Amino acid sequence: MNPVRRKRLTGVIIAMLGVAIAIGLALYALRQNISLFYTPSQIVSHEAPHGRTFRLGGMVEKGSVKYAKKGLLVSFVLSDLKKTATVKFNGILPDLFREGQGIVAEGRLNNKGIFIADTVLAKHDANYMPPEVKAALKKN
Amino acid sequence: MKQGVIWRTLYRLASPQLFYRTSGRCLPWLTVVTCLLFAYGLLGALVLAPPDYQQGDAFRIIYLHVPAAFLSLSIYTTMAFCAVLSLVWRIKLADLVLKNAAPLGAWITLLALVSGSVWGKPMWGTYWIWDARLTSELLLLFLYLGVIALNRALGTRVQANRALAIVVLIGFVDIPIIHYSVQWWNTLHQGASLSLLAKPKIAPSMLYPLLAMIAAFMGFFVTSLLARVRTDLLWVEKRSKWVTALVRE
Repeated sequence: MNPVRRKRLTGVIIAMLGVAIAIGLALYALRQNISLFYTPSQIVSHEAPHGRTFRLGGMVEKGSVKYAKKGLLVSFVLSDLKKTATVKFNGILPDLFREGQGIVAEGRLNNKGIFIADTVLAKHDANYMPPEVKAALKKN
Repeated sequence: MKQGVIWRTLYRLASPQLFYRTSGRCLPWLTVVTCLLFAYGLLGALVLAPPDYQQGDAFRIIYLHVPAAFLSLSIYTTMAFCAVLSLVWRIKLADLVLKNAAPLGAWITLLALVSGSVWGKPMWGTYWIWDARLTSELLLLFLYLGVIALNRALGTRVQANRALAIVVLIGFVDIPIIHYSVQWWNTLHQGASLSLLAKPKIAPSMLYPLLAMIAAFMGFFVTSLLARVRTDLLWVEKRSKWVTALVRE
């Protein structure tokens, strides 16, 4: 490679590295703001905000979903496999909501430490398969 | 020695005249292959692939969404590669490819965003959420629009190509951010179903039409990019001998 081009290439690489480091540092500093939700562990360790709205994410624990006899009120326990948090929601749940499903709830903590959700969104995983395969997997 | 041969071939291909002739010969074949891929891909996506165990038939949006999202990243990567060629080697053809890829990239990114939004409502329960994946992909759309706007504003000024290349390279930082956003941060968007190293998380009967659709989208991009660059090349080189000779023919 001739010296002029080599110099230009080095210039491009150094400039790119500089930009990448600057943006990397900014994103690292803002990581909690970029993350979409807090986890139940963060509530237990008091990292989650008090007295204002935030999002809480986790898996719905098996056997924890309780519907009220009348109306839409539902309560369930969210877990991140380490800690858990109880969530109450008065509204229509998304179709994918069920036990064992990952969900994201938006709302705030009340005085008793229960998360009162205004909206509930369902996460879905990256697995796709035909119903027969799923049924066969369940049998094993 | 061998390296020298490769470089010389690449340099030769970057010559406008040879590029025009070679691409003209490739275009019909590319068009046919792209059409065949789309035919199999669409048949597979809409008919052959079974519905998903969880999402039913709604999962079929994947056959539009994933190829569009994949292509939106590939097109920008192509542009960044051209930007380096332009800045370091001053290859004029690279500037043309960069400029002509931007509008294609913008439309494909819009398609990825809209198809994702339509998919998000029935599955997640919302059309849009400001999570890291969605936000960084929206930023990519703005990057494409920025490149298009800058190109229009600068016109044929001497410094225009260099300015465009620098902007494209700075924006390139967004590409790894989009790709890794679902791993680095908590997001509503799920992780990748396809990756080069891991076993695909999608059943084979659903996977093959998806791969065909991705290849078809790539074919569409290459075909339309070549067609656009060829037209642009004739215009830019309108005063050169080979174009005059071509017009006389």
